[in-house]
Amino acid sequence: MPPPSRFADKAFEWVTLAMALVVVLLVILVGWQLARGSSAAIQKFGFHFLATSTWDPVAEQFGALPFIYGTIVSSLIALIIAVPLSIATAVYLTELAPLWIRQPLTSLIEMLAAIPSVILGLWGIFVMIPWLRDYPFPLLKRYLGWTGLFTGPIYGVCMFAGGIIIAIMILPIITSVSREILRSVPDLQREAAYALGATRWEVTRIAVLSYAKRGLFGAMILGLGRALGETMAVTMVIGNTPQIAASLFAPGYTLASVIANEFTEATTDLYLEALFEIGLVLFAITILANLIGQLLLRTLKTSGARRAA
Amino acid sequence: MSNLTMSSPTPISKSSGITPTPPEDSNSQVAAPAFDVKNLSIWYGEKRAIKDISIQIPARTVSAIIGPSGCGKSTFLRCLNRMHELVPRTRIEGQILFNGENLYRPGSDPAMARRRIGMVFQKSNPFPTMSIEENVLVGLRLNGVRDRHVLNERLEKSLRMAALWDEVKDDLKKPGMSISGGQQQRLCIARAVAVEPEVLLMDEPCSALDPIATARVEELIRELRTRYTIVIVTHNMQQASRVSDRTAFFYVGELIEFGETAQIFSSPRERKTEDYITGRFG
Repeated sequence: MPPPSRFADKAFEWVTLAMALVVVLLVILVGWQLARGSSAAIQKFGFHFLATSTWDPVAEQFGALPFIYGTIVSSLIALIIAVPLSIATAVYLTELAPLWIRQPLTSLIEMLAAIPSVILGLWGIFVMIPWLRDYPFPLLKRYLGWTGLFTGPIYGVCMFAGGIIIAIMILPIITSVSREILRSVPDLQREAAYALGATRWEVTRIAVLSYAKRGLFGAMILGLGRALGETMAVTMVIGNTPQIAASLFAPGYTLASVIANEFTEATTDLYLEALFEIGLVLFAITILANLIGQLLLRTLKTSGARRAA
Repeated sequence: MSNLTMSSPTPISKSSGITPTPPEDSNSQVAAPAFDVKNLSIWYGEKRAIKDISIQIPARTVSAIIGPSGCGKSTFLRCLNRMHELVPRTRIEGQILFNGENLYRPGSDPAMARRRIGMVFQKSNPFPTMSIEENVLVGLRLNGVRDRHVLNERLEKSLRMAALWDEVKDDLKKPGMSISGGQQQRLCIARAVAVEPEVLLMDEPCSALDPIATARVEELIRELRTRYTIVIVTHNMQQASRVSDRTAFFYVGELIEFGETAQIFSSPRERKTEDYITGRFG
């Protein structure tokens, strides 16, 4: 037998390293291109771009605040709706569901992820929005109107509808990641709780969810990343009006939507640059969200299962 | 070395040297058995893991179950607190009386049975997100005990009972995973005794421990014997002879022999038992 080739081993290391570097390089390049493409706009508007609300291509006044607001608020609505649903679904699939139901249900949920977002948008416009407008929205307005979140005229297309459609889109990814995480909880943990006379809910709470909470948080951050960048379906139901309104029944606009809608109309250089800067802002928010997520994850680790020396 | 004293278990006067044959005819002054198992069979799907076992496990003694791997000893143990039900497609036939009551009475809650019949596992499994204190008290909290005074008292008592108090009393807020493997296993014992069960089932509790930690846990088992009915599964015959009062030998799903530990190891009645303990197979 020939001696093991040190060269092959080295080559393998270098090739994989190169691949990993390409990914990092791509991220940096995208950021750099976005910054370069918007340099004139950055110079002209400076910080005002992020802090003002006028979006007037004719007067060449560009302020991105309503889009930033719309992106963040619609994503938060999506998370608030999708996270409990997804985690509950994952718990059902791993802890409670009879075996024969698990696989079909899992496949169905994953199929939801395969629906093209433009189809989901169409469904949103023709099915979801009329229904929301006729039934749940008036109820919300009547009973929760006092919060200020559900007031004003109900058009149907609105921030809330945008959040709901994003929730539907991020549901499969959060569910399937959560499911994998819950499945990775050792059975020994469950048995420990069962042996103390815990009920199934108690087992899930003390042995499964607390063991998996970091991973579940990670699944949520993954969902948030998707939510922030979601474009097509949201554009179709959010109303596309650059305004900041307290009521979730008012139309809104997101960073991704404005790029998709106005890219072809951007006739002047400054307009195009402004859209590039919108892209840069979205890029930064996504990266920031991930960083904050990682940071929170770290504090969760140290306060939870800290390993003392 | 405490091991030496442990290796010659003092015969318990109230036990009566019962063989697996129906024991009704034996001395009637024997205290009621903790477990009275009658014609128990267990299936995993099509496979019959336990074949028609009848055995009476006396209260407040240590009963060891020995036998080669795959003989059904763990399966049997898990029947005693209904843990095997967690495995899908298991089926049980026969009867288990626990303190005279049918453990498998239709409609009875397995969780209730498990609160009275605690369990310690092969690998220590403290809850990693909980501190030492929380690990010990989790069972009590599940039972709705909120009184801080009671909790503190039980915390110390349980840790003392598990011979762990002196080692961790200053680190109660540290994570349960921060202590050594042997300490973790004793923490699991403390967690099990904290809810004051009547029985402790131990499934090879020392198999992941080094000899020193093992000696510590064995010593503990001897001490706990006065308070609890202990059933311990072990693949280690020396361990069985050190810690138990009575020993059952299982072989491919059947109970071959059950008797006083000293008798099983010195003059077994059955040929298979003798072959196993003398190391001819297994």
